[in-house]
Amino acid sequence: MLHTPLPFCTRGVSPRLDVVGALAVARGVGLCCNLKPGTQTGCPHVRIDASGLHYRKLNKMVRDAVAAGERHFELVNVNGQRYIGDGLDEEVTIQIHGTPGNDLGAFMNGPHITVHGNAQDGVANTMNRGEIIVHGHAGDVIGYGMRGGRVFVRGDVGYRVGIHMKAYKTQVPVIIAGGCAGDFFGEYMAGGTLILLGLNRDGRPLVGDYCATGIHGGEIILRGQIDEFNIATNHARIALLDDDQRQALRSHLHPFCQAFELDADQVLDDRFYRLTPISHRPFGGNYAT
Amino acid sequence: MATNKVPRDFKVVVDHEICRRCQRCVRGCGFDALVFEGRVKEHPTNQCVACGYCMAVCPEAAIAVTENPMAYRHHGAWTPALRRSTLKQALTGGVLLTGMGNELDYEMVFDHLLLDACQVTNPSIDPLREPMELRTYLGRKPDQVEVEQDEKGQPRLKTDIPPQVKLETPITFAPMSYGSISLNAQKSLALAAKECGIMWATGEGGLHQDLYEYADRACVQVASGRFGVHSEYLKRAAAIEIKIGQGAKPGIGGHLPGEKVPLQVSEARMVPIGTDCLSPAPHHDIYSIEDLRQLIYALKEAVDYSKPVGVKIAAVHNVAAIASGIVRAGADILYLDGFRGGTGAAPTIIRDHVGIPIELAIAAVDDRLREEGIRNHCSLIAAGSIRSSADLAKIIALGADAVAIGTAALIAMGCHVCQRCYTGNCSWGITTQRPELTRRLDPMVRAEMVANLVRAWTEELKEILGALGVNAVESLRGSRERLRAVGLTKETMDVLGVKQAGV
Repeated sequence: MLHTPLPFCTRGVSPRLDVVGALAVARGVGLCCNLKPGTQTGCPHVRIDASGLHYRKLNKMVRDAVAAGERHFELVNVNGQRYIGDGLDEEVTIQIHGTPGNDLGAFMNGPHITVHGNAQDGVANTMNRGEIIVHGHAGDVIGYGMRGGRVFVRGDVGYRVGIHMKAYKTQVPVIIAGGCAGDFFGEYMAGGTLILLGLNRDGRPLVGDYCATGIHGGEIILRGQIDEFNIATNHARIALLDDDQRQALRSHLHPFCQAFELDADQVLDDRFYRLTPISHRPFGGNYAT
Repeated sequence: MATNKVPRDFKVVVDHEICRRCQRCVRGCGFDALVFEGRVKEHPTNQCVACGYCMAVCPEAAIAVTENPMAYRHHGAWTPALRRSTLKQALTGGVLLTGMGNELDYEMVFDHLLLDACQVTNPSIDPLREPMELRTYLGRKPDQVEVEQDEKGQPRLKTDIPPQVKLETPITFAPMSYGSISLNAQKSLALAAKECGIMWATGEGGLHQDLYEYADRACVQVASGRFGVHSEYLKRAAAIEIKIGQGAKPGIGGHLPGEKVPLQVSEARMVPIGTDCLSPAPHHDIYSIEDLRQLIYALKEAVDYSKPVGVKIAAVHNVAAIASGIVRAGADILYLDGFRGGTGAAPTIIRDHVGIPIELAIAAVDDRLREEGIRNHCSLIAAGSIRSSADLAKIIALGADAVAIGTAALIAMGCHVCQRCYTGNCSWGITTQRPELTRRLDPMVRAEMVANLVRAWTEELKEILGALGVNAVESLRGSRERLRAVGLTKETMDVLGVKQAGV
């Protein structure tokens, strides 16, 4: 395994380093310390060079380090390793350089992950809490069954995004994609907020077919011109945003625009449609009683 | 309109001579099929479903439920059930729902299989005097085991054994979600599992906080709706199960109607009160064996490879090939649910006409996994009408490691198999969320009854093993030679790998 030597932080060399030290992990001062102001107690972060590492080993290193009290991670040369952040309950930050593999942040419950690159399929699968920011495109099945936290994707997302997203009490998941989406966007949606902005759309359709099929909770917000043909109008009601909803949208977009250094006013300067369920029981009438 | 009436299935007959008008039957009926107007009468529209609760609570045995004999004139092809459902659909235009397992009279393979016993040449064993080993471990077994000596010269296992679930007897409880059954019913199963040293299963309804203390004996389920699935749920469990299918409704998703989602169910499932809980037919992240592998390992990663991850499927036509793929995908336990498997709600037409018998499925899957040299990679759980310890012994001889019982456990709790679980009106407090009904079910009492059933079957299994002349259930596993068939076709016997009786 390669590892790039980094300057060691003079403050934070602690005995618990041994756990990960044995695995040839370099500690350094990096970006993550600037991410969450006020939580800099573990200022030095664990830097792992993922080249040639199997996901099982990489994730084990992260888990062990988290168990040993580490809170900030920088994973470099990530190349398709799956399940990064999977099942983690701690509020750690993970900076990923490269392309993480499928199921990034699956069953995740707290971490803040930033991907400096594209993400693949299954991002935020059944995620409960935390944040994933992707500075690129993301693949299919983003946020499947997601119950909390947020996912921001700067670029496009693939098929089956936001399927069966659900909300519970204070847990209201949010997915915002800056680009366009494929078919089945928000299918079976049961809660939360899905926002699709279509920035850099270049005449492409904003969303694929069967958008909002089976929706029975939550809301889908689409920016710009949409084609009603793509939307399951038998299950979703389509309306333009009113002023209150625009205000709510602004508060959703604020952190998104901040993360990607976009001008929120420019993003908001378009028409927005809101899809909401016609019924909370879309298939309730299918059965003989 | 008289023409629109679906005739009653059952008639309630009250002996007014001995009835003391206490009205326990009227109050007891979850279906409001009885009224009291000076005396107990049938409700003019609500129909009796023959759940038997009124008869159970009547202090004078003054009430009896009988079949309504003259509802329909006899016809060999157009059974009363068919005529009733045709009329119901004409009135509603809807899909017919039902509960419990397949009710049609398909040939029961179990009833054509007979067990062997020792006579003279190979003495039987008396389980009353000699120990019988029934302990069963569910999980992946290594291809070979290496032993080394420790410092004191004692043997020590060198091979890392993958995570296992320990069962004191080869029985588990079938997954039945909180929502489909009441919390008291689920608690009864959890208590009984703890008492018997076996495993219960959450189904896809999450794990209510009241049951956290029983989580270490629970198999938690991850199904397509992902209800109540979060990292703590996974981490507390004994095992994790990905539900792909169910014997009662292969290829069909689940649908818990909003009426069955009050506060507590909503807490366990982590959805708002009164929302429909729709579990789509497929998992939207699984479209192939490779995708299944991805989810299996996502779950293993989430719990740091500390517990087995299983997959539950319905037994369908190409089950052996599917099973092979599932095992190669990394499943540690494969749960096969035969076409008679139960349900809280399923379209009647699916329940009664889709899938294959568990006996054939287990035999085919066990054969295939052995042929491919991967039988030890996973444990096989058989479910779908395991009705007695005889079925238990037979299915183990056909290749299963353990069984899961759902209906049998519910019957032990009071269920009369009225098949109206989907209505949420269960008078016995089992498949309902109505507080006035669920509070009837005392988990301590019912857990004891369920535990008694498990103990009784365990004793009977020991007797069977003793008669077979073996002292461990391991010796019966996949031992088809100890079974013989009566009245089965050559083709069926070939699939089962069982000889004709007398041969």
